[in-house]
Amino acid sequence: MSLWPTEPMVQASLVAIILVSIGIIFTLTYFKKWGWLWREWITTVDHKKIGIMYLICALLMLFRGGVDALLMRIQLAFPDLQFLDAQHYNEIFTTHGTIMILFMAMPFLFAMFNIVVPLQIGARDVAFPYLNAVSFWLFFFGALLFNISFVLGGAPDAGWVNYPPLSELTFSPGPGIDYYLLSLQISGIGSIATGINFLVTILKMRAPGMSMMRMPMFSWSVLASCIVIIFAFPALTAALALLSLDRIVGTHFFTMLHGGNPMMYMNLFWIWGHPEVYIVILPAYGVFSEVVSTFSKKRLFGYKSMVASLLLISVASYLVWVHHFFTMGSSAGVNSFFAVASMAIAIPTGVKVFNWLFTMFRGRIRLSLPMLWMLAFIPTFALGGATGVMLAVAPADYQFHNSYFLIAHFHQVLIGGVVYGMLAGLYYWWPKMFGFQLVEKLGKWAFWLFNIGFYVCFMPQYALGLMGMTRRMYEYPSGMGWNGLNQVSTVGAFIMGIGFLLIVAQILYSIRHGKRDTTGDPWNGRTLEWSLPSPVPHYNFVRIPEVKGRDAWWMMKQEKGDEATSTPSSSIQPIHMPNSSGLPFLMSLAFFVAGFGLVFHQFALAAVGGIGIGICLFLRSLEQDEGYMLSPKEIRRIESAQGRL
Amino acid sequence: MALAQHEVVRAQTEANRPLEYDEDGQRHILGFWLFLATDLVLFACLFATYQVLVTHTDGGPVLSELFELGGVTAETILLLTSSFTGGLAIYEMRRGNLRGLIGWLVFTVMLGLAFIGIEVYEFVTFVGEGATMQRSAALSAFFTLVGTHGLHVSFGILWMISVIVQLLRFGIQPVTARKAFIAGLYWHFLDVVWVFVFSAVYLMGVLG
Amino acid sequence: MNEQGVERDETKMRRSSLGKMLLLAVPFLLTGCRDRFLVLDPAGPVAETEYNMIVLSAVLISIVVIPVIGLLIYIVRKYRDRPGNDAPYQPEWADSKRLEIVWWGIPIVIIAVLSVFTVRDTFALTQPPSDQEPVTIQVTSLDWKWMFQYPESGVATVNYAKIPAGVPVQFVLTSDAPMNSFWVPQLGGQTYTMPGMAMRMWLQADQPGTYYGHGANFTGKEFAKMEFDVIAEKPSEFKEWTKQVKESKPKMTKEDYKQLKEPGVVEEKTFSSYPSDLFKEIVMKNGGIYRKEEHQHILND
Repeated sequence: MSLWPTEPMVQASLVAIILVSIGIIFTLTYFKKWGWLWREWITTVDHKKIGIMYLICALLMLFRGGVDALLMRIQLAFPDLQFLDAQHYNEIFTTHGTIMILFMAMPFLFAMFNIVVPLQIGARDVAFPYLNAVSFWLFFFGALLFNISFVLGGAPDAGWVNYPPLSELTFSPGPGIDYYLLSLQISGIGSIATGINFLVTILKMRAPGMSMMRMPMFSWSVLASCIVIIFAFPALTAALALLSLDRIVGTHFFTMLHGGNPMMYMNLFWIWGHPEVYIVILPAYGVFSEVVSTFSKKRLFGYKSMVASLLLISVASYLVWVHHFFTMGSSAGVNSFFAVASMAIAIPTGVKVFNWLFTMFRGRIRLSLPMLWMLAFIPTFALGGATGVMLAVAPADYQFHNSYFLIAHFHQVLIGGVVYGMLAGLYYWWPKMFGFQLVEKLGKWAFWLFNIGFYVCFMPQYALGLMGMTRRMYEYPSGMGWNGLNQVSTVGAFIMGIGFLLIVAQILYSIRHGKRDTTGDPWNGRTLEWSLPSPVPHYNFVRIPEVKGRDAWWMMKQEKGDEATSTPSSSIQPIHMPNSSGLPFLMSLAFFVAGFGLVFHQFALAAVGGIGIGICLFLRSLEQDEGYMLSPKEIRRIESAQGRL
Repeated sequence: MALAQHEVVRAQTEANRPLEYDEDGQRHILGFWLFLATDLVLFACLFATYQVLVTHTDGGPVLSELFELGGVTAETILLLTSSFTGGLAIYEMRRGNLRGLIGWLVFTVMLGLAFIGIEVYEFVTFVGEGATMQRSAALSAFFTLVGTHGLHVSFGILWMISVIVQLLRFGIQPVTARKAFIAGLYWHFLDVVWVFVFSAVYLMGVLG
Repeated sequence: MNEQGVERDETKMRRSSLGKMLLLAVPFLLTGCRDRFLVLDPAGPVAETEYNMIVLSAVLISIVVIPVIGLLIYIVRKYRDRPGNDAPYQPEWADSKRLEIVWWGIPIVIIAVLSVFTVRDTFALTQPPSDQEPVTIQVTSLDWKWMFQYPESGVATVNYAKIPAGVPVQFVLTSDAPMNSFWVPQLGGQTYTMPGMAMRMWLQADQPGTYYGHGANFTGKEFAKMEFDVIAEKPSEFKEWTKQVKESKPKMTKEDYKQLKEPGVVEEKTFSSYPSDLFKEIVMKNGGIYRKEEHQHILND
């Protein structure tokens, strides 16, 4: 079959991809950076570098998902518009949803996990640095496989939920759905590994004195999120695997004929899918808890309540999945149970909001960028949560389901919660990652544009839902009164787009002009990561700190004042560090090859990939990797360069 | 002196602690337990799917009529025994007996291979009778559930062979002890899953 | 659309004006003219029940949301980190049993109240909306069209349905294509059409009129075209219509159905009869055979 596309839009994308790739290869070769790329990044097992790579991918994916969104909004700006045809529109909303949840939100989260957690709990690295690299590269190649679908054979087009029987071979014969299944499967394995890795890190590697109840709230939120990952993601693995078997081997799990039962897919998918929402939102709660306390110069209010509500939410997240299909004929009893359970999640969430408010109450509030995003989050999320409760009311949901009311609701909680949270985290920890601050002024412009754009874009969509407009329509008739609101919504989307570009501009501008962070503690922080120089040396802590209470770094500053950062030169001991390895990259590449083979049902190619995976596993198993010792001399050199001795 | 006392206690506990439970080992073992939790959820999903689809035969072969309890009983005995011999291997490891450890591991691998052999024979027989996984949803679910367990066992066999190779090269030391112990955990887990497969699929299939 | 508007105005009188006022307080509803908000303009008892739940949930939830936004504005204004701000500053104050009880307690009470009504109405909606003898219509979603069968009279339509006004209508839903969702916002919320399942949904139109309906679950290429009208007529006119169809319209043969099932978009169609047991066959071949007990009572109706 010929892979060269015939559609102009696809051809343009393909040409763009080829040109950018040539550009990257040329630049790397010209500046002789291949070795650097391999040594410093591709083979790294340093959690901070892995975090940065996740972050770059997340921002790129946010860009691509955003472009998809704008294309959709252009198409919907006028009734019966011919800008996109049905097929393209269907591909674009499918990739938009999938990318935003799995290839934007997840890596953004994992970026924060990686960059912050070990520093916050006083650890040298994560529990399994090698596995951490495996996770990243699996994510990376999963995302790559998903993204090439648009130009090589056609993108998936059955919606991000990919319901059978629509996604079965009978109704979707092309490779698009297989791209979806294989790429999610590959990156999903990485996500499970990340969940295990960070749970062990938090349980086993906290600095001496840091009992669970002294742990910073972000780390608590990561713990809660990881528990949900561990128990939810395997259900996605199962759902994807069974659908893949249907498509590739010819089984009948979810087909219409021969006894298949599509309903089973809905259950498996949402047993993962609803907890997934909490997987991405819980760490955002954690970021807000850190930010609100730091920028109010006050301890976090109701710490125990905050912990309890995180854990309650993570448990309750498993008890609500049926609310995604109240309208699929469950009995009234079943619907009632899941309706009440879904509403009940609002209780611990409401408690968190009040605790954040009372952290600010009688504090001293600084309106820096992270805090601005935190403050914008509260009303946005309160409204989104409110419409969430309305959707949980089963009889009301019969009217809201699959309408633009639902679309507006989940964008409000996912953008207002997750995206605002991750942006707050990005601004907050940026100096820690890169050693300089982002300029405020451009950031404030971006903040206001993005926020205003958000409301202009999504408030009309609530109204459209109540007017009867359903999601995933590539065009709509003009007599329904939907035109004006759709146009307003499109304008809002473009304002958000400009906001995003300003964030990018702000980052690029700040690389040269941002204020260097020489103290390591630009915000007057409260947790251990701010005790370290920025950027953090690869071994993190010269000496693992002794923790004496919550807000450990705040206490040290209170106790020792300016002396808190310095290390007596004599106390420096050698530090044990893990070795870099190229195997995670190579093994994930093999996964990519196997996945690509399966997408096109080329089993020989898939077998080559499979053998590659096996060889990498075997090599790793036989490897005696004991790491290396970093000498006190080297540590002294690095520390004195940071002015810490 | 307090410090000296502390050191003594520490040395004592370290001496009593099995080799695989050093600080790094503890982390790996906890991580592996969490992995087993994810694998358990995966199997739970496959069991649920099987329960939903078991009657969906599309007019084709009925599972309960295909089952031959003889072979399955043999499989069960083989796997349960292999779990026991796997336990003996770890027992020998704790005594520092490398030959005993490797011997029992080899024995465990052979039992595992026999198990897989019977399972493959069963599958081939079914396919010969027209009961392929493409025939009906019930058969899709059966082959996938039992086959996934079988693939896990096959992977476990390869894994144990790799551990044996490492034990031959490096002897019993913290890293190899940890690997042997974790491979053992995996093997016991598969045994537990098999007990469920045996009762929920075969026994209930024949009885109900 | 104008005729519909007039008819809607009549039914609108019945809605509680209190609820209307409270809903209007929600700012996003102020955009556009109100009679286009189909969900907020119920034309029958089912949609009315759902509408009331929407209003109730909006009101209850604003008991929390409005104070939260008010508090946020107050706190941020009062406690800014500015030189000379003499508002109290208590950096170590981070606990209050009493306050915690308040904000665990209030949401629990609100959710409990909402739950009671939710459960009540969830059960209520499974029952016929009134005591009158109901009409049954079997609905099949196809790629990308809707087929309606009237087992009582044996007629069938495509892409529109006629119903008698003031009479409960039992829609029995299935699909012979990827699942869709049957939604007529002014008459009531949706239920999916699932292959191999025959699901029941009660609707009723109080007044004659034409009500907009659309598939609500994505089914591929031409999903956007899956619009249909539900036309409510006075029962006598409905009877007359049935009679006329019986006399003047063509029969649907098995071959006709096969063609109808082919993916594509078609105009409205009317048939005087359809192959016997067509609906049952559709349900059974797509997996209904494995859930016979569940469906028996519906299929026998």
